[in-house]
Amino acid sequence: MEQGQIEITLNGAVIRARDGQSVVEAARESGIYIPTLCDYKSLPPAGTCRICTVKVGGRIVSGCTTPVSNGMVVESDSAELNDLRKGLIEMLFVEGNHMCPSCEKSGDCELQALAYRYRMDVPRFPFSFTNRAVDASLPHLILEHNRCIQCLRCVRGVKSRGGQEIFGFKNRGREIKIAVDTTHPDALTEETARKAEAICPVGALIKKGPHYLTPIGQRTFDETPIGDDIERGADS
Amino acid sequence: MRGAIKAIVEKHNGERRQLLAILREVQDGWRSVPEDAITLIAEEMDLPRVHVEGTATFYHFLSSEHRGDTTVYLNTSATSEMAGCAEVAAAFEDAVGTPFGSTAADRRFGLYTTSCIGMCDQEPAALINDVVFTNLTPARVRELVAGINAGRAIRELVGPLGDGRNASPEIHAEVKNHVRHPGPVFFAPFTPGAALAKALDATSLDIIESVKRSGLRGRGGAGFSTGQKWASCRATDAESRYVICNADEGEPGTFKDRVILTECAELMFEGMAVAGYAVEATRGLVYLRGEYAYLLPHLEKVIQSMRERHLLGKRILGTRFSFDIRIRLGAGAYICGEESALIESAEGKRGTPRNRPPFPVVSGYRHRPTIVNNVETFGCAARIAERGPEWFRAMGTTASPGVKLLSVAGDCERPGIYEVPWGVTVREVLDLCGAGPTLAVQVGGPSGVCVSERQFDRRLCYEDLGTGGAFTVFGAHRDLLSIVRNHMEFFANETCGFCVPCRAGNTLLLKSLEKIMVGNGTTEDLEAIEHLGRMVKSGSRCGLGQTSPNPLLSTLENFKELYAQKVRSDVDYISQFNLEYATAESIEVAGRVPPRKKA
Repeated sequence: MEQGQIEITLNGAVIRARDGQSVVEAARESGIYIPTLCDYKSLPPAGTCRICTVKVGGRIVSGCTTPVSNGMVVESDSAELNDLRKGLIEMLFVEGNHMCPSCEKSGDCELQALAYRYRMDVPRFPFSFTNRAVDASLPHLILEHNRCIQCLRCVRGVKSRGGQEIFGFKNRGREIKIAVDTTHPDALTEETARKAEAICPVGALIKKGPHYLTPIGQRTFDETPIGDDIERGADS
Repeated sequence: MRGAIKAIVEKHNGERRQLLAILREVQDGWRSVPEDAITLIAEEMDLPRVHVEGTATFYHFLSSEHRGDTTVYLNTSATSEMAGCAEVAAAFEDAVGTPFGSTAADRRFGLYTTSCIGMCDQEPAALINDVVFTNLTPARVRELVAGINAGRAIRELVGPLGDGRNASPEIHAEVKNHVRHPGPVFFAPFTPGAALAKALDATSLDIIESVKRSGLRGRGGAGFSTGQKWASCRATDAESRYVICNADEGEPGTFKDRVILTECAELMFEGMAVAGYAVEATRGLVYLRGEYAYLLPHLEKVIQSMRERHLLGKRILGTRFSFDIRIRLGAGAYICGEESALIESAEGKRGTPRNRPPFPVVSGYRHRPTIVNNVETFGCAARIAERGPEWFRAMGTTASPGVKLLSVAGDCERPGIYEVPWGVTVREVLDLCGAGPTLAVQVGGPSGVCVSERQFDRRLCYEDLGTGGAFTVFGAHRDLLSIVRNHMEFFANETCGFCVPCRAGNTLLLKSLEKIMVGNGTTEDLEAIEHLGRMVKSGSRCGLGQTSPNPLLSTLENFKELYAQKVRSDVDYISQFNLEYATAESIEVAGRVPPRKKA
């Protein structure tokens, strides 16, 4: 094996991985899809959504924050884990107010796509119908708190030109929500709004302006389920 | 405002890690942390505004709204409810003229509830501008409000002072220690310096070996090997390391750390210094929960006097070893008892747990190797250094050597502190504390286990019933489900909100329990609760969510009949909505039942 190459066992099969990779990354490179929601490209992992929960040596951990090590035994696909994932998706659906048919992101939304993939019919939990306000006071960005899943992607991925954080968490527990530093000029630009909308897995950050340019039916997850690209090897 | 904020920031040298202390001062001064103050602090400290806002909105004792010149935080934990906090709350509302959860229009009083404040053996208790008032009654409430209205300082209103150091000028509190069953570790005489003198005669590796041999396990509840933790920290290459004492005693039902901090602070600080010597750290921190702010002057004084006796500071006992301790104050957040959340909070951030790995022993406070141990653990470590591991091992059981401090509260004649060897049975403790007919005992607080009489011969030790020390007795006459609800409300309020299962799941569990309590539950709902409870436990990121379903799961296991009586087995589904329940109040007000329409 090359320097830094290691082997792990994933769902019974031995796969190659690189030192320093997370379980999710190593699986992805081997064409195994471990679903994620808060994880995003090269951003440091957060571990908020727990959708990527796997079993490592019998212990339940999040796959995006767990580095691989040689000889590690990982299980990512079992009835128990898939039920937990579906449960987490359902929790997110009942916690916020997700009216998919009227959402700009429908068809491009990762939460919706995961719900389809895990065949969520109707959530097993009662809806909270929580009262969350929409904040459209910024010049270019709408904060649609009803749809926010508190994944922290915007906090980690959309910074000021100087690299300073302009998105953050406020409050605690079920009152937690995304806050924007409106005193920072970079937070108010059209460019920031564009980046924020692009990085948001759901429709919580919406750039003001035209939407629905790509018709329903031709959107990211309309034809193929989420994770399909990884499983077909498009990523490797 | 800018000048005042600037002065506060400068007083703390503009240090990022002092942000929580700075925000506490702003809250004290303005009775809130206004939006403008957040902006100014961010400017003065050159921090992203979202960082300051994030910290300012995370802690219960910081608020965006004015909390009143006099802020009452009444504890509403289960033992307080049992002791009559509803009447006390009504008396406050009546005397002040505003409901709990609000500030009076004239802003003179704010009435708020809070989670356990560590006074379970003297409830109902409240914090009024950081001053503790215990054993409250409606009459006493009227007296307090009248005193404050007459312009008297809150500290002057403190009633007969408690025993021991509670009566010292530094503490000056009506809090009682209630040490009912003293033992050899905490309440035997201790000569300051005795532990350090022995430790400094040995090598640091010898000390770690000795703590390993003693079998000491973390006293906060998780029971991790203390020697192992110290060894891992010392084995991590670093220029500096930290020793942190977790004095964020937040588990409802536990208050033993409060008594150690009051009466045995020297022993605890010395244990920290021994730990510092063992892991080669020169700096220690005590993270003191905001509820115990009243102990701060006392602890500062003990540290100062230990410095004067060369037990802390530079060149301890004339050796080359230096170690000093600073205290950080929390601001009301149970989650900060989790060691990585505590570190985040001590750094002035939101008290959100970190992802692990890396563990704090590798990368902790300021990314340096850090050991975080409980107050009681450091006390034990000092005694082990002084009297040797064999002496310690001779007490307790094989896998749980030594003694444990229990915080006994609830329905018994002698609530208070019991220092007992590990392995004592639930029944023995019930006899010691003078409990009458007992329905249940909550062992280890809400995150622990609720046991029924069938299990009273089980032993308190890691081999059987592990515990952080809370031992709450519920008498035969108690409504256990309302206690479970209280515990689930606690977790639903105290989750940090970072991960989905804990943030959303605990609220769903609470709702499900409420559905059952109002008579809308079915046997399927009980199965669903168990399933969801297991999901929250396995999916959550830290110890909070991994234990928060326990109040429900352990009573579903041990008191199944209580739930069975409440649910219907003849139907599969009943909606959350109950028309009779929903209209009961208006029917009472209207004094008549609306005629039913024929279908």
